[in-house]
Amino acid sequence: MAVVQLKADALSARLHQAVVPQGAAWAMTARHEALGRLAMTGLPHKRDEYWRYSDPVSLVRPDVPEAAVYDVAETPLYDAVDRLKIVFVDGIFDAAASDPLVLAGVEIERLADVMTKDIHWAKDLYGTLEVNGQTPVARPLASLNTALATDGVVIRVTAAVRLPVNLIYLHQNPISDVVLHHLIRVEAGARFTLLESGPAAARLSMVTEVDVADGGQFHHVRTQGRAHQRRAVTHCFAKLGRESQFKSFTLTVNGALTRNECVITLTGANALAHVAAAAVGDGADFHHDDTVFITHDAVGCESRQVFKKVLRNGATGVFQGKILVKPGAQKTDGYQISQALLLGEDSQFLAKPELEIYADDVACSHGSTSGAIDDAALFYLRSRGVPEAAATDLLVLAFLAEALAEIEDARLAEDLRARLEGWLARRRR
Amino acid sequence: MLEIKGLNVELEAEDKQILRGVDLSIGAGQVHAIMGPNGSGKSTLSYVLAGREGYRVTGGTAALDGADLLAMEPEQRAAAGLFLAFQYPVEIPGVGNMIFLRTAVNAQHKARGEPELSAAEFLKLVREKAKTLKIDADMLKRPVNVGFSGGEKKRNEILQMAMLEPRMCILDETDSGLDVDAMKLVAEGVNALRSAGRSFLVITHYQRLLDHIAPDFVHIMAAGRIVKTGGPELALEVEHNGYANLLAEGV
Repeated sequence: MAVVQLKADALSARLHQAVVPQGAAWAMTARHEALGRLAMTGLPHKRDEYWRYSDPVSLVRPDVPEAAVYDVAETPLYDAVDRLKIVFVDGIFDAAASDPLVLAGVEIERLADVMTKDIHWAKDLYGTLEVNGQTPVARPLASLNTALATDGVVIRVTAAVRLPVNLIYLHQNPISDVVLHHLIRVEAGARFTLLESGPAAARLSMVTEVDVADGGQFHHVRTQGRAHQRRAVTHCFAKLGRESQFKSFTLTVNGALTRNECVITLTGANALAHVAAAAVGDGADFHHDDTVFITHDAVGCESRQVFKKVLRNGATGVFQGKILVKPGAQKTDGYQISQALLLGEDSQFLAKPELEIYADDVACSHGSTSGAIDDAALFYLRSRGVPEAAATDLLVLAFLAEALAEIEDARLAEDLRARLEGWLARRRR
Repeated sequence: MLEIKGLNVELEAEDKQILRGVDLSIGAGQVHAIMGPNGSGKSTLSYVLAGREGYRVTGGTAALDGADLLAMEPEQRAAAGLFLAFQYPVEIPGVGNMIFLRTAVNAQHKARGEPELSAAEFLKLVREKAKTLKIDADMLKRPVNVGFSGGEKKRNEILQMAMLEPRMCILDETDSGLDVDAMKLVAEGVNALRSAGRSFLVITHYQRLLDHIAPDFVHIMAAGRIVKTGGPELALEVEHNGYANLLAEGV
């Protein structure tokens, strides 16, 4: 059967029992337009160019593969920092477990509420950056999210906010299928830090649309939970104004399938986008995919991608990263590095770095490597008395250090580093 | 302290014999120097003693205070008191020098059943030792050997030696790549560690390092074995006449 037909059939099957949430006219328009886009593309198939390395079948099928709830007996993440907590349990907002949604300089609302209001600024953002992110590469799972999203947060930042907001995603139902959609608008000169933590669901689809106005700053640190069997596809669509900043770091530990897409457009002069991630996985049931698309569409912008993966015992890592420099985007500074450390011979890293440049005064570099632990460094450490296992862990953490260094808050970076150390130590037993 | 008897070693990858019956006995508190031309097996001897992979011992023994060194893992040899100052110290990006030192010191303490140093104790100790080697705070913070000059790398080796307090120190061409001032600094660091309970094996091409670290015995190594042994005057003889004459009469 032709792939086009398979993709259309997958869509019909997926939508058969799906419910499009009701809401205000503008919300319904956005959802139906998303369904219209889906009708054109169908759902992803492994024969699609950008799904060649990650089979999307478990993300598109109507029924959810079961994911055992993973009980983590350790201090909650980000406990080292003061923050406003917003809790979702299997995608459902838990008001009792959350802090009051009150924070100076920020308006925080639930998407489920906002989508029913006839007049709301969210009208101009919901689905808008997602649509822009559909060219030149279609991202049907993001459109599906826009059509079906049940909840999320809608945040407008009007000042430099010190306290971060922490979205905590708890997973309690082994067959939960969750579709969350967040909207974040950082107004001119405002500053905001978003923290995310937890596995969220057996299967999670999450879209975050981030609009950073001139001089605004958006910082983001995310951890995706340790549940081994969970599946997730996330999309972050960001649009950056003049002299704005976007810095995002993601830590992924375990997970049967994770596809994190990050689609950023630098639209104002001298904007800056840093995207970094560290992923660690053990065993053939770990598959992790970072797919990044950064478009430079203004002069003097800087983008930086740092992606590191530690893959043990048959784990698979994927990196697809592109820098597109549009005509006129002179003085672009683009950097991209993707590296995998393979522990065990049957792990694999599949990387597709791409550069497409239509301006003549730019500095763009990219590199991709995969390799094993450096024997010379290992012997050096052992010759100083460090046992082999501890020396190996030290070198693994050293490999990840460049990605962790992208986290601005040193306390958060140290917290995550310590957890990675724990993950490695547990694998020594 | 260190007893090497009839040591035969092959390079695994090439099935090539490098050491052909090395005999060497180093007593407590002594300083021995091994000199010899390129390819004579000096560095191989140091690597085999430290436990690097890639070598096959086909005969002979090496014991540290009676314990069979060759049966131990590299980290066990270190904990037993052996230290190799590398000819080419390895750069380790992402591992801070301080964390490296502290991990090493505490790993050895743990292996010997001694209490680990507290952060404060360690910091005090490392600052004190670093100062005498003119190692500044910046060098301690940077990743291990990354971006260090040749002299800084060798000083960093001596700092590790000072922190780990080994009983048997092997210095593999520690003078290579050093200017006169850096060599003096390194030699002073080594001399400060000399004691009745600590022995040194200094491997070098040239006599000049031995001007600063005075040896009790000098051995000439050639074609995988020690061909001549004498006092400090042997090093001067090499300096004046080269190896060729010595080897002609020695064999």
